[in-house]
Amino acid sequence: MRVVIPDEFKIRFRYPARALGLLGAVLMIVSIFLPWAYGHDALDDMTFWGAPSPLQLFFVVLPVLLGLLLAIPLVGKQRLGALARMVAWNTTAKTAALASLVVVVIATASIAIELGGLVNVDPGAWVALLGGLVAAGSTPFLPDSPEPTLDRLKSPAWVQILGIVAVMAAALFLAAQALSYNDAGSFITFAALLVGLVLVLRQFGVFDWLRVAGRSNNRVLVLSAFVVAFLFPFTQDGKDANMSIAAQVLIFASAALGLNIVVGLAGLLDLGYIAFLGAGAFTAAVLSESAYSHVNWHPPFIVTVIIAGTVSSVLGLIIGAPTLRVSGDYLAIVTLGFGEIFRLTMINLDGNDGPYVTNGSNGISNIPDLNFFGFDFGKAHTILGVDIGRFANYYWLMLLVIGLVILVFTNLNHSRIGRGWVAIREDELAAEAMGVNTFALKLLAFAGGAFLAGVAGAVKAHHDVSVTPDQYVFLESAFLLAAVVLGGMGTVMGVLIGATILKLLPEKLRFFSDYRLLLFGLLLVVMMRFRPEGMIAEERRQLEFHAEDEELAEEVQEELALYHDHLHPERGSFEL
Amino acid sequence: MSTEAVPAVADTAVLLDARNVTMQFGGLRAVNDVSLQVRTGEIVGLIGPNGAGKTTFFNCLTGLYQPTTGSVFFDAAPLPAKPRLAVRAGMARTFQNIRLFHNMTAIENVMVGMYCRTKTNAIDAVFRLPRHRREEVESTRRAKELLDFVGLSGSGDTLSRNLPYGDQRRLEIARALATDPKLLLLDEPTAGMNPQETRQAEDLIFRIRDLGLAVLVIEHDMRFIFNLCDRVACLVRGEVLVEGPGAVVQNDPRVIEAYIGSPATQDGSGDA
Ligand SMILES: Nc1ncnc2c1ncn2[C@@H]1O[C@H](COP(=O)(O)OP(=O)(O)OP(=O)(O)O)[C@@H](O)[C@H]1O
Ligand SMILES: [Mg+2]
Repeated sequence: MRVVIPDEFKIRFRYPARALGLLGAVLMIVSIFLPWAYGHDALDDMTFWGAPSPLQLFFVVLPVLLGLLLAIPLVGKQRLGALARMVAWNTTAKTAALASLVVVVIATASIAIELGGLVNVDPGAWVALLGGLVAAGSTPFLPDSPEPTLDRLKSPAWVQILGIVAVMAAALFLAAQALSYNDAGSFITFAALLVGLVLVLRQFGVFDWLRVAGRSNNRVLVLSAFVVAFLFPFTQDGKDANMSIAAQVLIFASAALGLNIVVGLAGLLDLGYIAFLGAGAFTAAVLSESAYSHVNWHPPFIVTVIIAGTVSSVLGLIIGAPTLRVSGDYLAIVTLGFGEIFRLTMINLDGNDGPYVTNGSNGISNIPDLNFFGFDFGKAHTILGVDIGRFANYYWLMLLVIGLVILVFTNLNHSRIGRGWVAIREDELAAEAMGVNTFALKLLAFAGGAFLAGVAGAVKAHHDVSVTPDQYVFLESAFLLAAVVLGGMGTVMGVLIGATILKLLPEKLRFFSDYRLLLFGLLLVVMMRFRPEGMIAEERRQLEFHAEDEELAEEVQEELALYHDHLHPERGSFEL
Repeated sequence: MSTEAVPAVADTAVLLDARNVTMQFGGLRAVNDVSLQVRTGEIVGLIGPNGAGKTTFFNCLTGLYQPTTGSVFFDAAPLPAKPRLAVRAGMARTFQNIRLFHNMTAIENVMVGMYCRTKTNAIDAVFRLPRHRREEVESTRRAKELLDFVGLSGSGDTLSRNLPYGDQRRLEIARALATDPKLLLLDEPTAGMNPQETRQAEDLIFRIRDLGLAVLVIEHDMRFIFNLCDRVACLVRGEVLVEGPGAVVQNDPRVIEAYIGSPATQDGSGDA
C-alpha cells in the first residue's frame, strides 16, 4: 500500500512540501467560513457564509493541528529544545493531512448523497477538498521523523493527573457529541474525524505519555474513567434512545470481557458463550415476579444475581469438566453444540414437551423493573435538574457489573493464576510438567467466565423486559468473539472498544445493520490479515503473532519490566 | 573424580527407586526392565548412545509416560501418575530441547515453577487479600534469589526467548528449583554450551547437591559426567549395561564398545 518516496526527493523538496502543506491547511481553515452545501438538509446545515456549523468547527481542528505541526518546527531546533526530538513533527503532519482529506471527502460525499448530486456541493467544500488534496499530496515529501518519545517527558504528578482527567473529559464530551448525530452522514463524518484525531494524537505520542502517566496514577485513571462513565447519562438529558444503546453496549461489553477471560487469558475457544448469558437471564426471569414464571419464590435481586451466576457456572463446570481434559478443538465443538442444546432446551421447557419453566419459544415477558429500596428502575428520576430515565438506571447498574468484570479480569491476570494461564498458552505440557494444575486453571477460567456472564444476564433480563430463547443464538456468541478478537484478546481497553464498535455501528447506521454480517466479516478478514492481535494489542499476544519480530520483542520486554514492578506486586492491579 | 563421595551417601535414604521399568512403544521397547536407585545428596549420571532410551526413562520417572510394566517409588511412596503430582512429590526436571515459556520474562518463568507451592486462590487474587500480597512478595523474593543462584541476577526482566542459549538452560534449572524439589532431573544440561559454560554448569550442579538435593543427570559429555557423578549408569538399547562408580563405568569395555560400536559420538544429541 505504502508509496515509497526516495529520501533524496524528501531532502530536495522539503521546503516546498512544507509551504504547500501550510497552504493546504490554510485553505481548509478558510473553507469553513464558506458554505459547503446548497441545501439545509445535508449534514448539520452547512449553508451559511461566515458562520461555521458545529461539524465544520470540529473538522477545523485537524487542519489547525496540521498547520501547527508544520509551522512550529520553523522556529528552529534550538528554541524547541527537547521537544524537537520528542515529537515526530513531520510524520504526525502527514497523518493529519491525510486524515483531513479523508474527512473532507466523506463530508462532501455525504452532502452529495443526501442532497442528490454533486451540484449541491457548494464552493466551501471544494476549497476544503482542494486544501486537503494539496496538503495530503505535499506532506509525504517531508523527511520522516524518528519515532516520538513523548513518553520520556518527565511531568510532575499534577500535570499527569490533569492530563488524564482532561482526556477522560474530552472522551465523554466527544462520545456524547457522536451519539447526538442521528443521520448517517453526520455520524460517519464525525466518527471519521474522531478516528483521524486519535491517529494524529497517537502519532504525536500523546497516548504513550498517557500510558506512562496512567501507570504512575493508576487509581486516578480508573477512578476518572468510572466517573466519566457515570456522568454520561447527564449529557443525554433524558434522551432514552441513546441511553438504551449505551446500556446495551455495556451489557454486550461485560459479556465480551467475561469471554475475554476464557479466550484471551486462558486461551480457550468458547463458541457457545451466549448460552451462559442466557442461563443467567432465564434464571433471573424465572425468579422474577413475571406472571409467566410459575415459580413463587422471588428473592431480592442481589440473591437472584448470585443464583444466576451460580447456575451459569455450574453449567460451565458440567460442559468444561469432561472437555477441558482433551485438546482445545474439542472444546470449540462441544461449546458450539452446547449453545444449540441450551436454546432448544429453553424452547422445550414449555409445559408440553417438558416441564413448564420458560414458557417455550415465547419466553418470559413482562419482567418487572428492578426496585432497590424504593428506587424504581422503571421510572425516570430528576437528579440535579437532569432527567435520568429508565435506561440510564440500568446503565448505572451495568456500570457496576462491568466494574466487577474488569476487577476480576485484571486482578486474576496479575496474579499467580494469570501467570499459570500464560504458561498454559505458551506450552501446556511444560506447564503441567512444572507442577501447574492446568486442568483446574482452565476450568476456573471457564466457570468463572460463565459466572460473570450469568450475572450480566440477570441484569439483562430486567433491562430487556422479556427473555426469549431466540435472543441467545450462535450468532450472538460469534459477535461476542468478534468483539474480543477485533478489540484485542487479553486487553480490557481493546475489548471495550471492540464491543462498542460492534454494538454501536448497527444501532446508528441503518445500512450497516442491513449488511452487518457482511461488513463485520470483511472487517475481521482485514484485521486478521493486517493486525491479528487486534486494535489494542496485549504485549505477549502480539509476540505470539509476530514471533520473528526482534524489535517488538525488545519493546515488549521493556513494557513487561515496567509492568512487573516486582517489589510492588499490588501495583499491577486495576490496570485498564 | 569424586568417587570418595560414594561411601558418604551410601547409607542415606533412598529417594528414587525405579523397579524394573519397561516402556513399550508399539513394537519398540524403548526402556527395558531398568532399575535404578538415587539416594539423597547423590549425583547420578545416565549415559548412553543416542536413542538408548534415556529421555524416555526420564519421562517414565516424571509421570509424563506411564511405564508399561514396572513401578517407581519416590520418597518411599509410589510415584503419582501425573506430572503435576510428581512435581508436588518433589521431583523436578529440565528438558533436552529447552521448553521455557518464551514470551514470559525470566522471573515470570521461575514464578510459574513456584505455582505448586503457593496457595493464592481466585478470591484472594480478585480482592487482593493479604495472602495474595504476602505470597506475591515472597515469590518475587525467592525467584530473584534463585536467579542469583544460577547466575542470572541481571536477567530477571528479560524475555526468556531473548536470553542466550546457555542462560536459557540455566533458567530451566532455576525454574525447576523453584518447585522446591528433592530430586532434580537434568536432561543434557550442557548441550550446546561452550567449555566455559559447561564448567559453570558443573559448579552449579555441585552447589545444588550441596543444598541437599539429589541430582540425576543425562549427558553425552563424558568428561563432564565422570567429574560430576558419584555413580553412573550406562543405558544401551533400553537396558542398563553397567552401573557403578564413575571409574568403573568409564573403563568398562562394554561401555567403550557401545559408544565406539554405535554411530553416536561423544557429543551427539537428539530430540526428547
Ligand atoms: N513417544 C514415543 N513414541 C514412539 N517412540 C518413541 C517415543 N519416544 C521415544 N521413542 C523412541 O524411543 C527410543 C529412545 O528414545 P529417547 O529419546 O529416550 O533416547 P535418548 O537416549 O534420550 O537419546 P538422545 O541421546 O538422542 O536424547 C528412540 O528410538 C525413540 O525414537
Ligand atoms: Mg534424550
